[in-house]
Amino acid sequence: MLKGRHLIDPSDFSRAEFRELFDLAHQIVKNPESFYKSCEGKILATLFYEPSTRTRFSFEAAMLRLGGSIIGFSEPNSSSVAKGESIADTIRTIECYADIAVMRHPKEGAPRVASQWLTSMPLINAGDGGHQHPTQTLTDILTVELLKGSVENKVYGFCGDLKFGRTVHSFIKFLSNYEGIKLILISPEELRVPEYIREEIIKKNNIECVEVDKMEPYMQEIDFLYMTRVQRERFFNEEDYIRLKDRFILDKEKMKYAGAGTYILHPLPRVNEISIEVDQDPRAQYFQQAKNGMYVRMALILKLLGIY
Amino acid sequence: MLQITSIEKGIVIDHIPAGFGIKLFHYLKLDKAEYTVALINNAYSDKMVRKDIIKINNEIDLDVDFLGLINPDITINVIENGKIVKKVKLKVPEKVTNVIQCKNPRCVTSIENYADHIFHLVDPEKRSYRCEYCDDIVIPYSI
Repeated sequence: MLKGRHLIDPSDFSRAEFRELFDLAHQIVKNPESFYKSCEGKILATLFYEPSTRTRFSFEAAMLRLGGSIIGFSEPNSSSVAKGESIADTIRTIECYADIAVMRHPKEGAPRVASQWLTSMPLINAGDGGHQHPTQTLTDILTVELLKGSVENKVYGFCGDLKFGRTVHSFIKFLSNYEGIKLILISPEELRVPEYIREEIIKKNNIECVEVDKMEPYMQEIDFLYMTRVQRERFFNEEDYIRLKDRFILDKEKMKYAGAGTYILHPLPRVNEISIEVDQDPRAQYFQQAKNGMYVRMALILKLLGIY
Repeated sequence: MLQITSIEKGIVIDHIPAGFGIKLFHYLKLDKAEYTVALINNAYSDKMVRKDIIKINNEIDLDVDFLGLINPDITINVIENGKIVKKVKLKVPEKVTNVIQCKNPRCVTSIENYADHIFHLVDPEKRSYRCEYCDDIVIPYSI
């Protein structure tokens, strides 16, 4: 039962609960029109303390397509946050007006703190600093299932900024509940996954994993290559960003190393880590992935509100 | 041998690694105590060869999570009528609240100062802990 629950981290839901959610998402993909009035009279609050295009728009589009309404802010200066209001006070106020809320925040753990002050309104983490982004993982997993049927027994390559890449952390955490997963982590030494992901998720769950700094030798065996952007906003030092930002660029030449069934995913936005020429390749699935994000968020809203 | 009078009612913190008694003394703010407190350095120990001991001639609330965090081998004896009535064996705590602070500048606790600093044990041997909010792993100060 997901009614009234928060989704702050992929470990908040069991495998069976995720299954329930994805089954609904698949129904929505097949026939979105039949869900269009499901949330009439319901309000979604979007609290974006950090810029966002896909996540905010897809949540808003999801709620609007479900027949609900939206309130919120897209940058904190247009709310009482600019006056120094605490997260606890903001979220308690929002609970007075909305049925469900989505929060993005630059500080890691901010949605967890917010959830501790709520009495009944479900809260969704839409990205907290370089930490977690569980609804991007929902998007990624729905895309995986639509392309290859299931999550298990696959090779997943993650490339780029694996240290601050919150989408990568949530994706790996989610995969740790499934069998037959192999991870190929491609990044410069400085941008490898954080210790808690390596020790608490990968090692504790005995997931087969290699950490490398070249993508070409591994591309043939990868089912899903998850490219990520080196995020300027996560660096305290501009020089480090400049040194690392162009380290991995996926272009037409490199795609020759990929297998016929190697799909390319990206949480977007991209800067230059995937050349535009790759977009024409049928294995490039990142824009379809963005569309899937709306469908799976529709399913999440319906489940947390207890409508389905 | 130097003799320290036994206490009638209070607490004896035993098996402190030699040389760390003074640090613990200050951590527990015993230098500000208004009751009798004795710090014994380099006492003979069968198990440790040398150890420090703190004797507190008063009933006080000790933070056993804090003591277990810094060294689970420390023992606490509760004294009544000059006799040990209870031995408290410390263990590395599974969860600590407001004992250690998260040092990750990206953690929400760096700006929302009402949020408790909560840590969960990751590895009892390394005594490493994970922040409830940002998952940063820390190895707290130990003696």
